[in-house]
Amino acid sequence: SSQVVWDTLGNRQFCSYKITTKTQNFCRNEYNLTGLCNRSSCPLANSQYATIREEKGRCYLYMKTIERAPFPRRLWERVLLSKNYEKALEEIDENLIYWPRFIRHKCKQRFTKITQYLIRIRKLTLKRQRKLVPLRRKIERREKRREEKALIAAQLDNAIEKELLERLKQDTYGDIYNFPIHAFDKALQQQEAESESESDAEKEEDEDTDKREFVEANSDEESDLSDFEDMDKLETSSEEEEEEAEKQASHSKSKGKTPLKGPARRKRRYIEIEYEEETEPTTKTKAA
Amino acid sequence: AGEGSGPGGSAAEDGGPPAPERVLFPPTFSVSEIKNKQRRHFMFLRWKQQQRKEKLAAKKKRRKEREALGDKAPPKAVPKTIENQRVYDETTVDPNDEEVAFDEATDEFAPYFNRQTVPKILITTSDRPRGRTVRFCEQLSTVIPNSHVYYRRGLALKRIIPQCIARDFTDLIVINEDRKIPNGLVLSHLPNGPTAHFRMSSVRLRKEIKRKGKEPTEHVPEVILNNFTTRLGHSVGRMFASLFPHDPQFVGRQVATFHNQRDYIFFRFHRYIFKSEKKVGIQELGPRFTLKLRSLQKGTFDSKFGEYEWIHKRREMDTSRRKFHL
Repeated sequence: SSQVVWDTLGNRQFCSYKITTKTQNFCRNEYNLTGLCNRSSCPLANSQYATIREEKGRCYLYMKTIERAPFPRRLWERVLLSKNYEKALEEIDENLIYWPRFIRHKCKQRFTKITQYLIRIRKLTLKRQRKLVPLRRKIERREKRREEKALIAAQLDNAIEKELLERLKQDTYGDIYNFPIHAFDKALQQQEAESESESDAEKEEDEDTDKREFVEANSDEESDLSDFEDMDKLETSSEEEEEEAEKQASHSKSKGKTPLKGPARRKRRYIEIEYEEETEPTTKTKAA
Repeated sequence: AGEGSGPGGSAAEDGGPPAPERVLFPPTFSVSEIKNKQRRHFMFLRWKQQQRKEKLAAKKKRRKEREALGDKAPPKAVPKTIENQRVYDETTVDPNDEEVAFDEATDEFAPYFNRQTVPKILITTSDRPRGRTVRFCEQLSTVIPNSHVYYRRGLALKRIIPQCIARDFTDLIVINEDRKIPNGLVLSHLPNGPTAHFRMSSVRLRKEIKRKGKEPTEHVPEVILNNFTTRLGHSVGRMFASLFPHDPQFVGRQVATFHNQRDYIFFRFHRYIFKSEKKVGIQELGPRFTLKLRSLQKGTFDSKFGEYEWIHKRREMDTSRRKFHL
């Protein structure tokens, strides 16, 4: 009657375990030995059949014989195989003694494959494993939107510019930047303050006296701020007069680093000082 | 009958011709009660127009009153922003707080801030980084001075950390990658310092930034940390500050900014130039990215047994739109 089963299910009519592809037919039955849909590999169409299946890392040999065909509950007999590979092969042999060669051979092949993948699993679990965290779409969208809004609210450019100007005002840059108008005003104010009464801070007085004579001013200040690394570069610039100081500063800057296309050229736009030669080329500023 | 015929009547006459100046809606009428979609839509538009007109008229009136009052006018109302309405966080750091100052003098960053250690950074990625991540790592290493990029070829973090400590690295940055884009950053201060895990988003490499300048030079940039107000924000800010050497070279005129806004930390790298003492121009070079803090751990990287100082718990912390933690 296995022939009958095969003639109906296997070949002609519908078998729910069968999957057809362009080149091959597969069998989805869990007791199938090879995974293909063949006359010899169909567990339904063979009354004497055996398979290897593994459960929780242990391999079992399942056998089905004709005697138990009317008892579906007891149909498949299960034998636990030993963990040792060779011993397990021997066990397969002794259980399937007198069985057709095909089934014995395929069982052993299947057992080998199963043990190999079990070994791989055990090896991989020891290594670091990637933890897959599912993304929640709603949350991702929400975060993205909030980030955009935060970016707009942050007004980064303005904030950075403000911070830089703050630092300039608080003199963290020391003497690198000569803004004569600012310094001049400051000097004037301090001059007036001094003429009224003695100022408290000695530093102010020092700067005051120094700034009135532009030539020596910066060299004195430089000796105070000796921990700047770049002082040696700027000493030359700051020893000259005011006009030439700027010229030299801008030139030394442009020599010192890679020349910038951007705002580098338009530094002294507002000052009305005549340069007779070596005028700075007026390139367009790139918007910052 | 009046109410029934009111909307019906006005709808019927205004199928084609434009809306009248003043529409009289009976008081209990609402546009959503009309069953016909076309008419409902039409009435809604008309209602909207009317609202807008009223709003404009009210504005004009207010402005006239303001001008009429002149100096005696009440001060302009400040619009509410999320920053204004922010729920007050009790861990906000007061600049004069002694306890905070004492804590900071004795925490893991004290040697850095006392200039005893020079930062040395190791940048690496997760396994098998793709091109974008690799380029991002390179650019990041040009931005951060004294940093080295090493590829992780399947090494476990727990094992490279002791090696890094032995070679005198002070910080470790791991950029996590997913589907060919970098999406996470783990910043770990090495001699058993805190580890911060961020989610990274909107990464832009140098070539994707418009109007960028030339490459960042070797000068040590300045660091700007904006808006790190709470205690947690303070420690995160200090972590960022400890990446860069303490003495910036002002000749380089480069500045790296970490700006915190609503718990998102924006990183930008600019070159600045002072055009006058009231104006400064900045030009963006270097990569940019945004970070969002996910967790802060006390020791070095250890996901299972580490002692977490702060974890972002979505259900508890994301309930209010005006509550921020950094």
